[in-house]
Parts: sequence; structure tokens; C-alpha cells
Amino acid sequence: MEYSRQLIQYALSGLSNGAIYALIGFGFAIIYNATGIINFAQGEFVMLGGMLTLFFLTFMNMPLIPAAILAIAAATAVGITFERFAIRPLRKATPLNLVIITIGASILIRGVAMLIWGKDTHALPSFSGNDPLYLAGATLLPQHLWIFAITLVTIIASRLFFNYSIVGKAMRACSYNRRAASLVGIDVRKMVLLSFTISSAMGSMAGIIIAPLTMTSYDVGIMLGLKGFCAAIIGGMSSGIGMVIGGLLLGILESLGAGLVSASYKDAIAFIILLVILFVRPQGIFNTSETERV
Amino acid sequence: MTKGKKNLTTFLFFTIAVLMTPLFLAGNYLLNVLVFVGINTMLAIALNLLLGFAGQISLGHAAFFGLGAYISGILTTRYAVDPWFAMMLSAISVGGLAFIIGFPILKLKGHYLAMATLGFGIIMYIFFNETVDLTGGPSGMSGIPNLLVGPLIFDSDMKNYFLIWGFTLFIMLLSINLSDSRIGRALRSIHDSEVAARVMGVNVRLLKVQIFSISALISAIAGSLYAHTMTFVSPASFGFNFSIELVTMVIIGGLGSIYGSFLGAAILTMLPEFLRVFQDFDIVIYGLLLILMTMFMPGGLVSGIRWLASALSSGLRKEPD
Repeated sequence: MEYSRQLIQYALSGLSNGAIYALIGFGFAIIYNATGIINFAQGEFVMLGGMLTLFFLTFMNMPLIPAAILAIAAATAVGITFERFAIRPLRKATPLNLVIITIGASILIRGVAMLIWGKDTHALPSFSGNDPLYLAGATLLPQHLWIFAITLVTIIASRLFFNYSIVGKAMRACSYNRRAASLVGIDVRKMVLLSFTISSAMGSMAGIIIAPLTMTSYDVGIMLGLKGFCAAIIGGMSSGIGMVIGGLLLGILESLGAGLVSASYKDAIAFIILLVILFVRPQGIFNTSETERV
Repeated sequence: MTKGKKNLTTFLFFTIAVLMTPLFLAGNYLLNVLVFVGINTMLAIALNLLLGFAGQISLGHAAFFGLGAYISGILTTRYAVDPWFAMMLSAISVGGLAFIIGFPILKLKGHYLAMATLGFGIIMYIFFNETVDLTGGPSGMSGIPNLLVGPLIFDSDMKNYFLIWGFTLFIMLLSINLSDSRIGRALRSIHDSEVAARVMGVNVRLLKVQIFSISALISAIAGSLYAHTMTFVSPASFGFNFSIELVTMVIIGGLGSIYGSFLGAAILTMLPEFLRVFQDFDIVIYGLLLILMTMFMPGGLVSGIRWLASALSSGLRKEPD
């Protein structure tokens, strides 16, 4: 009984981490599908979300919700600036060069954050108290519910956006074939900018909802970004549902591994899972294999 | 001049420049920085063989460097193995490990390959940190003996400079030869199109694994040398950030160019030293420079310098040897 309760506990905390990984992975996939770039600065938007909210909360004495909204807006502005000044001028650069630029941007953003806010670790207050709820013997914090709810709403909203709105369809058209999209009158550059906007907003939101549970500091973006990237790879970049399942799978397995094997190897477990999955299914779990053309 | 002769002349000039440099820098701390430039040049060349020639990315090369350093460190401090023998063992075992994991890893392509090598790097980094009994954990491992040849102990910056650069020049020469050989051409054909290379009779799968293994072996040698010259290793030197820095060195220097790897390594190693005057701002300036260099010199430094060299070459050739 004790054992099964522990298992449920691990699974629950795994699910909430997994939801965050899925959200971050979404950010990766949106930019990748629009531009073919793996944006290594994605994790920094997650960090910016948490740190900016804290900044507006404590230094400006704002209530939580306006602070969070302002933080998302500010992080998104950083994302837009990045696209406008470093990605757009380099339309013809090789993908590798663009990846190096995103790495440079991530170092730059992290460095500025360290200069402004220092190296301390901070806690963000929970959205609605810390009284635990009990579910099948396992404890659940209200913040976990917030994470599940916000992730669910975001994913449904983005599914509606990409499947039914004209702009969302245009973005998907760009990811299938950029030239064909521009031939039918889609402004590809605008779509790329939009992809950076959406993904930095999504990333910063993920950073805000996880910060009350895991604390935040100037360097949390690296690991969270990489785990989100993991989720995107496991689920496959092109599949929305795959991404969610990939993130949740990663979160649960990681949390079970950390609980049952060793907590100090928690991060290693996530990457071992990734390697095993890549070795067994080199194209991701939910993608069908493609044939390379010469 | 034939291409081979031209390569040799360039290499001789480079060697002379490398050997002359310490004469002007005796007792200067810059000599110590140049030792690191040598080690990083080896690592950048190793990665360039994989990334620039064969077109296969690795975001976990710091792990091979770290493995080389730790195997040397553990063997010499705990089991009193001779340092040279320890270096040999670590090179062979890391090369062997890379050969084994190379088969499943190099089946992957593009960002899947990037992610797998990155994952391997992070797993090794956590392993260095957590196996405290073996590696000393986050606080590191000290007391690693210096290398010695007879009565000559490599324990000063000056001696280490010649030791490290001896190895670096040797590896540069090998890589230059490799790039103009049959294997070099086969590797570049993989870079351009794997399917076409296979159709032309190149054993793509084996060749990729072999070059991955050689690249890891060179990185392990660099790691051993690092351990024996520093006499101290800690996990912080072998993390994800350093893997990324190595990729940056290769790309900023110029993909597929051996001298480019040297330039990339030299700049990224010395830059933080010069930026130290900016104190806390150094990391910000570093990030900014990375972005600007990639934006304005997309072909790498070597293409910029080649342009300069062709303008000056007639003048240079008239100078006496």
C-alpha cells in the first residue's frame, strides 16, 4: 500500500514536470517547423518568465496576475527583438550558423539576467496557496492543478489556432513548403516572426507556472530547455499530441527513476531514456520513417 | 607548386611560428593561456574531422575530453600507472567506447544526432559529478603527476608549451594529410550526400563510426595531456557548455579547415582572458561577439583571412626565409 502510494506520488510530480517539458517542447517545434532552426535560446525564455514575474512582483509590488502577464509580454518582446535583429537579417545563412547564433543569444540573455538579478535562487509564491490536496493517498499541491489546467488550455488553444484559424493554417503551410506558401500569398517573414512570438510567450508561461515548485534563478533555462528539447524529439517535431505524450512520458519516467533508483541521477535518467528511445526508434516515437532523397 | 608541397610549406611556416613564440613570452602568463590554446586546438581539430569533414554533429565532445582526463587521472593517482602508459590506455579505451556507441548513435541524423550526442555528454557529466569515490565528485581530483621523459619533468609553462604544441602540431599534420587522402575525399562525399557516397562504393556506416572513434581518441589524448599538465581535474571543465564552445570554435574558425580550428580555438580561448577587464560584463560581451562574428563572417574566420592573404601573398613570398 505504502509502495503504491509512493508510485502515485512520483507519477503525479512526473506528470506536472512532463506538462512543462511538453510546453517548452512546443516552443521548440513551432520555431523548428517555421524555420528549420533548433532554437537553443528557448530555455532562456522559460527563465525570463520566472525571473521577470518575480521582478514585477517584488520590485514593482504588483499583484500576481498582472505581473505574470507583464512578464510574458516582456519575454515575448525579447523573442521578437531576437528574431528581428539576429535571425531575419540572416535568411540565407546555413542552419549550423543559425544554431550558433541562438547559442550566442542564450549566453547573452543569461548573462544580462545574471547582471540584473544576480546569481541567487528565488522562489515564486504559488498561485493559490500551499494547502495540499489528497488524491488516492498521494498529496497534490494546488500549483500542480494550475500546471495541468494551463497546459491543457494552451494545448487546446494552439490546436484550435493551427487547425482552424487562417493564420495558423498559413503557418502550417510555411512549415510544409516555404516557397509554395509564399507563392500563394503568405508572408513567410511574418510567419517566422509570429513563430518566435508564440514560442517565446509559451516558453515564458511555462517558466512562470513551474517556478513556484522548482525555484528560479538566472541559469534554470539550460536544463529546462534541454528537457523540453528531449520531449520534442521523443514526441516528434511535427506531432502536437506526440509532443504532449513525449513530455508526459519523459516527466513520469524521470520522476519514477529518480524516486526508485537515485535522485542524484535524475537528470541522467531523462537522457538515458532519450538515448534508448532514439536507438530503438531513430525517427521519434510518433513519426513514420522517411526516405532520404539525393 | 603542387598542392602537397604548398600544404607542407604552410605547415612549416606555422611550425616555426609556434616554436618561436615562447622566445618572446618567457615568464609571461600568456604562455599558460597558449598551452590551453594548444589543447583546445587539438579538440577543435578532432571535432572538425567529424563536423567539418564528415558533416556529423556532436554536442557531447567534452565528454570524451573528460573521459580521457579522468581515466589518466584515476590510473596514475590510484593505481600508480606510468603517465604515458595511462595516456595510451585512456586513448585506446575512449576510442573503443566511441567505436561501440558510434554504431547506434551515428545511425541518427540531423537534430536527432545532435540530441543523442548531447544526451551522452550530459550523462557523462553527471557521472563525473556523482561517482565521488572514483572521480572525487564536484570538488575534483588533484595530485595527478606530470609527464616525464628521463630526467625532464614537464612541470613549467615553458615545458608544457612545447609538450602540448608538439602533440598539437603532430595531430594537425595528420589531419592535413587525412583531408587530402582517399579517406578525406570519402568523408567529404558523406558530407555532401550520404546516399550518393554509398552509391559510389563508400562504406558510409563504417567510415562514420571510424572517424567518430578517431575524433574521440584525439579528444581523449587532449584530455590526458590536460590532466597531466594541470595536475587537477574537475567536472566543471567537461560540461555541456564546453561541448558547445568546441562546436563554436570549429564553426567560427571555418568548417573543414584545420588552421581554422586553430584560429577558432585561439580566439575563444583568449577572448575570456582579454574580456576579464570588463569583469561581470565579460559573459555578455562574449555572447554578443559570438552572434556578431557568425552574422558577419558566416564562412568562418579562415575565409576572411584567405581573402586578406591572397591580397598580400605576392609581398610575403619575396621575404627571406
